[in-house]
Amino acid sequence: MPSEKNMERPLTKNIDPDRGPLDLKGYVAAGGYEGARKALTSHQPGDVTELVKNSGLKGRGGAGFSTGMKWSFVPMGEDAPHPKYLVCNADEMEPGTFKDRLLLEGDPHSLIEGMIVAAYAIQADVAYIFLRWGYTHAAGLLRRAISEAEEAGYLGKNIFSSGYNLEMYLHISAGRYICGEETALLSSLEGKRANPRAKPPFPQVSGLFGKPTIVQNVETLCNVHHILNHGVDWYKNLSLTEEGGTKLYGVSGKVKNPGCWELPMGTPVREILEGHAGGMRDGLQFRGLLPGGASTDFLVEEHLDLAMDYATIGKAGSRMGTGTMIVMDDQTCPVGMALNLQQFFAQESCGWCTPCRDGLPHVVKILSAIENGEGRMEDLDKLSAMCKYMGPGNTFCALAPGAAEPLQSALKYFREDFENHIQGKKCPWRN
Amino acid sequence: MLTSEERTEIEAEIAHYEQKQAACIEAMKIVQKHRGWLSDDGIRDVAEIMEMTPAELDSVATFYNLLFRQPVGRHVVMVCDSVSCWIMGYENIRQYLMDKLEIGMGETTQDGRFTLLPICCLGNCDRAPAMMVGEDLHQDLTPEKIDAILEKYA
Repeated sequence: MPSEKNMERPLTKNIDPDRGPLDLKGYVAAGGYEGARKALTSHQPGDVTELVKNSGLKGRGGAGFSTGMKWSFVPMGEDAPHPKYLVCNADEMEPGTFKDRLLLEGDPHSLIEGMIVAAYAIQADVAYIFLRWGYTHAAGLLRRAISEAEEAGYLGKNIFSSGYNLEMYLHISAGRYICGEETALLSSLEGKRANPRAKPPFPQVSGLFGKPTIVQNVETLCNVHHILNHGVDWYKNLSLTEEGGTKLYGVSGKVKNPGCWELPMGTPVREILEGHAGGMRDGLQFRGLLPGGASTDFLVEEHLDLAMDYATIGKAGSRMGTGTMIVMDDQTCPVGMALNLQQFFAQESCGWCTPCRDGLPHVVKILSAIENGEGRMEDLDKLSAMCKYMGPGNTFCALAPGAAEPLQSALKYFREDFENHIQGKKCPWRN
Repeated sequence: MLTSEERTEIEAEIAHYEQKQAACIEAMKIVQKHRGWLSDDGIRDVAEIMEMTPAELDSVATFYNLLFRQPVGRHVVMVCDSVSCWIMGYENIRQYLMDKLEIGMGETTQDGRFTLLPICCLGNCDRAPAMMVGEDLHQDLTPEKIDAILEKYA
């Protein structure tokens, strides 16, 4: 088991908050672009995919799907349609999530290197970074890093004399949470309204402009060149559990030291919350947390000793999601928090399918009534029914099912608070 | 009509995509950058170069919250209203801004200096509450800090 002090932090090793990110020269001096060189000069594309599959790397955007497996669905060989595309999802908009910002602002060349490896594995011709509008600082850094990489020959024609060509462009979004959903992102990248698409066909087969496309989160891509460089065993050993690698974990809310840290995958929730985030601010009690962004189910005290990985948090009835926790203290109203979350989802619904477009505003109306002391006990059953109506299988994409997660778990763990609002005809936190 | 500068920037974006219309969002952002917002004329100008109808383009424009189809002030203040900022006191920040600027959310000051808008999570949750003014991020907000921040934007 890696101990805290000498553990390796491949994702953040080049990041120093006291200076800007490494430029190309500094990045190469720190061993950068060696993973990409290795991939392109001594591995067949299929071997790269196999290595990444064997490493156990799972998508860090929230869904946790096997990265190598995803790549293996892309048509390969001479008959495969071209151009093929790699898209980096840098549209970090899940409320409570600020991990990709750290990588984008801290080490942009690491993302570009990871993208070169991933693009090579699927033999993509063009790569896009789909960046959210608000990351203006990252945009400038990425532009500079892409042009440095082009000048050095790491992008463009015949990279590392391997015969492989790759173009890379930065696309800056014009807003909307739904763009983080991979098929909605592709619609947006095609210059359309960001409505999600029905699957199948999956983007791996028919994605951007109908061509084979892989969409991958920033943090995921920042792992792949390290796997190439150091091997599958090294990667697996970084973790405390079955799921390989390290993970960026974040904590926000009323804790003493909110922040984001790269730790071994599977670090216990308590160690992140108390060891790294310093525990609750003085005078406040912990009540619950959303483990990985707004669209994950609440965890409470009984869950604090669980390992933060996809399987363990999944077994506890939630999802690790993005791995950035939002902490609720005892001075924060659970009904008010649920209302804030549902207002967000209602506003950000793209309006494409009925459970989401009509269901979420209905949920907001009921929650507002409860928060304002005008709720009735039967409203709680209505909310539970709405969670099922908006749940998996009833919608085009994961937005509404994601919205249901914090609500259904708030009703489960904080039911008494909902009942107190209704019986007392007011919010106890607002006098 | 597009200025030659706008046209050059838009053509550079078009070259990045397999299909021309893919660049329409970038094109609208370019026009918005130069003109402050997207008027009906702005939409018509972009539609022409994108080979789309104005209605088609407007259906895209109205989807995205950062494409402004109404005039905005010289500086757009966007206050994060998502969950971490809400926990950390966003409501006080919003109230302070509305009182100070004497406008509601979605409105512009009479002198055309500021427009106040809500925005969802800015990905700065460990330094909440947060807001952006134009392209600049401001964090760990308190009412006292806001006075000094707004001073910087003439």
